[in-house]
Amino acid sequence: MFKVLEKDLLAENIYRMVVEAPLVAEKAKAGNFVIVRVSDVGERIPLTICDNDPERGTLTLIIQAVGKSTRDLVNIPVGDYVKDVLGPLGTATEIKDMGRIIAVMGGIGVAPMLPLLRAYRKKGAEIISILGARTKDLLILQDEVRSLSDEVILVTDDGSEGMKGLVTDPLRQRLESGEHFDMAIAIGPARMMQAASKVTKEFNLPTLVSLNSIMIDGTGMCGGCRVSINGETKFACVDGPDFDGHAVNFDELVVRQGYYRDEEDHVCRTLGEERV
Amino acid sequence: MIPAKRNRVEMPRRDPKERSSDFIEVALGLDPEMAISEAERCLNCKHKPCVSGCPVQVPIPEFIQLVVQGEFEAADAKIKEKNSLPAVCGRVCPQESQCEAVCVLAKRGQPIAIGMLERFVADQASAAKKSRDEGAQATKPEKKYPERIAVIGSGPAGLTCGADLAGYGYEVDIFEALHDTGGVLRYGIPEFRLPKSIVDEEVEYVKSLGVNVFTNVAVGLTMDFNEMLRSGKYAAAFIGTGAGLPYFLNIPGENLNGVYSANEFLTRANLMKAYLFPEYDTPIKVGKRVAVVGAGNVAMDAARVSRRLGAEEVYIVYRRSREEMPARLEEIENAEEEGIKFQLLTNPARIVGDEKFRVRAMECVRMELGEPDSSGRRRPVEIPGSLFTLEVDTVVVAVGQGANPLLTTRVDGLELNKWGNIATFDEAGATSIPGVWAGGDIATGASTVISAMGAGKRAALAIHEWLTAKRDNA
Ligand SMILES: Cc1cc2nc3c(=O)[nH]c(=O)nc-3n(C[C@H](O)[C@H](O)[C@H](O)COP(=O)(O)OP(=O)(O)OC[C@H]3O[C@@H](n4cnc5c(N)ncnc54)[C@H](O)[C@@H]3O)c2cc1C
Ligand SMILES: Cc1cc2nc3c(=O)[nH]c(=O)nc-3n(C[C@H](O)[C@H](O)[C@H](O)COP(=O)(O)OP(=O)(O)OC[C@H]3O[C@@H](n4cnc5c(N)ncnc54)[C@H](O)[C@@H]3O)c2cc1C
Ligand code: SF4
Ligand code: SF4
Ligand code: FES
Repeated sequence: MFKVLEKDLLAENIYRMVVEAPLVAEKAKAGNFVIVRVSDVGERIPLTICDNDPERGTLTLIIQAVGKSTRDLVNIPVGDYVKDVLGPLGTATEIKDMGRIIAVMGGIGVAPMLPLLRAYRKKGAEIISILGARTKDLLILQDEVRSLSDEVILVTDDGSEGMKGLVTDPLRQRLESGEHFDMAIAIGPARMMQAASKVTKEFNLPTLVSLNSIMIDGTGMCGGCRVSINGETKFACVDGPDFDGHAVNFDELVVRQGYYRDEEDHVCRTLGEERV
Repeated sequence: MIPAKRNRVEMPRRDPKERSSDFIEVALGLDPEMAISEAERCLNCKHKPCVSGCPVQVPIPEFIQLVVQGEFEAADAKIKEKNSLPAVCGRVCPQESQCEAVCVLAKRGQPIAIGMLERFVADQASAAKKSRDEGAQATKPEKKYPERIAVIGSGPAGLTCGADLAGYGYEVDIFEALHDTGGVLRYGIPEFRLPKSIVDEEVEYVKSLGVNVFTNVAVGLTMDFNEMLRSGKYAAAFIGTGAGLPYFLNIPGENLNGVYSANEFLTRANLMKAYLFPEYDTPIKVGKRVAVVGAGNVAMDAARVSRRLGAEEVYIVYRRSREEMPARLEEIENAEEEGIKFQLLTNPARIVGDEKFRVRAMECVRMELGEPDSSGRRRPVEIPGSLFTLEVDTVVVAVGQGANPLLTTRVDGLELNKWGNIATFDEAGATSIPGVWAGGDIATGASTVISAMGAGKRAALAIHEWLTAKRDNA
């Protein structure tokens, strides 16, 4: 049992939770995630470790309540417990010396980006961040991103804050202007990572993405999380979740993510709620 | 003794029509009358050939004589001297190739139903304890030694090793990566073959011996195995992490929606209880026509689970012939009774998808048996021009599991064999690291519950002897 110590609402349906998990907190590195199960009947869902405090023995999770399991999770009151937390899972990102990084994040993707920014920042990288969301209110964690970046570009679909458009617009602009970057990182919905990778490919800019395939065990046992990387099958939970964005078959990822849509909708309907 | 002339008892089983739509146990078990009458057939052979067929040397004639006398709890205790999980082994052991294969009565095709009797006494003892409100409690052995031992994995190998070490008088910590214990007993073997309440009872029994069980700990990730030993917290370790790496076929179309590894399929159904969706949150999708590739126990389980989840046509697709099918005889019969169809001498070539990236069909070729290969089995060879299409919407790949590298690649100095299994250097499972033993599927490759238990037992004894020698020399 893992105690919930803090919980804040960051935006509609997006929460930050601090959970006690001392063993995981001690070992977590940028790029790792946990598998969480809310209750005895719950499913196992993957969530990125956004921050860890080994001294306090805690993990910070940023959760977007999109369906039954994430909703059940954010409904746990402070002081109560999450049934299961397993981690740190995945291959931690190899943080190499990088001069300049352009970091592109969409929606909830900002959460998994934070530990990477922190790690690269420590290595002395200069970071230009592009932070996008559908609308102003969903531009979460701006202060954190600012504190870790040399420059932040805000983008919203509806123009309610920052540039109007998609994160790929300023990305393309910057690359077309001939500015030098050593790498790009793109984290967000699969289609966003795909679009960003397509742009960076044109400029031959190495691009790291973090894949969110459906997972169960998270330890390489079931193969449910498999993704195609350069035509080769990899297990996202152990070989990733970070991969070279130019090698990922995103179309396959997207359809595989949607496989249980009917069932997930069914759960939400039986609960009398709509899935966001 | 005339009784030996009587025929072997038959296990009463639920009607195939009824059972193939639910997850309630198929075998009904013997009643006391049947059990005693079967036990009376035993010749109580002095040289006990049956015992040599059992990987853990259960005192078979002795327990059977206790059944004859109606002393079911004593019989259970007798078995438990060698086998702490009789309720499990009585259900899932491949008896026909182990103890029962070497029973003297096997020559007449009527070996004593050792497995059924084992299951019977375990169930009787458990029911008797429950009626006295005792549960699966054991008397906690005394902690005689200062050393603490780490056991990685809570499958049959780890549980047995942990139980025996506690019995010798050590403090034991078992670490399990999943949220629940039991390994394959929990996530692989379905409820209708091994009810999870039995696994729970067995685990409770191990805990009642004073063994500490920690779930949600993936050793290698959550804890560093090297540190555990180096820090001196653990004096020795046993690795029983199983064969948890699913093999795929490496044919086109394998990442289509509707293609599962057997591990994923069975984990969803069993560990996550997807058959109770939406009461349980984890979904599983089984179409109307399912092809299960492979013919081992895993394949039979996947096929029978598919059936129970509503599939109308379920095929076992296997590239060799019936004689080579590795599954237990009983399970093949059960599958057939439940209407599973066998496409033998058939090999998948390609899985075909529709425009939505969902499985629509599987293209297969027919095979014939050629010359024997290195395993002594006749090698299947493709019949030219035999390509045909099996219309299916779900494919479960059950062609075996390898060693999961999660832990093994994170242990300094641990030698592996060419298949990635931990190399062991004696019967007890000593590894290349002093103080570290390994056993079960992680050492042998996918095998059986009872052989994993045997490995756990031998390692526990070796660990005890090694620590004793160390203490004596100190
Ligand atoms: C490595 C990794 C890190 C992630 N990190 C975060 C994070 O930090 N914060 C966050 O809010 N979300 C994160 N996610 C996504 C999160 O796991 C899903 O949103 C969650 O599982 C949805 O479950 P649900 O029941 O609430 O929604 P559902 O209604 O079940 O599903 C909504 C969608 O989520 C996806 N999904 C469903 N079940 C799973 C599953 N078991 N595994 C993966 N995806 C699933 C599917 O694409 C589905 O269509 C991460 C996913 C991965 C793989
Ligand atoms: C579907 C199926 C049906 C079967 N049917 C039969 C049958 O009828 N009869 C029979 O005799 N055998 C059967 N078998 C085979 C039998 O179940 C196995 O041989 C046996 O379970 C092996 O036991 P084990 O203890 O070595 O490993 P497992 O049972 O695999 O247990 C290993 C455990 O270790 C855990 N683990 C792995 N890595 C780590 C880590 N790094 N840290 C912590 N924990 C870890 C795993 O999560 C797992 O719980 C079947 C197998 C399957 C898959
Ligand atoms: S444990 Fe298995 S092999 Fe041994 S006697 Fe029992 S059923 Fe037979
Ligand atoms: S070999 Fe058969 S008949 Fe003889 S003791 Fe064993 S079980 Fe009984
Ligand atoms: S989640 Fe099961 S192998 Fe990756």
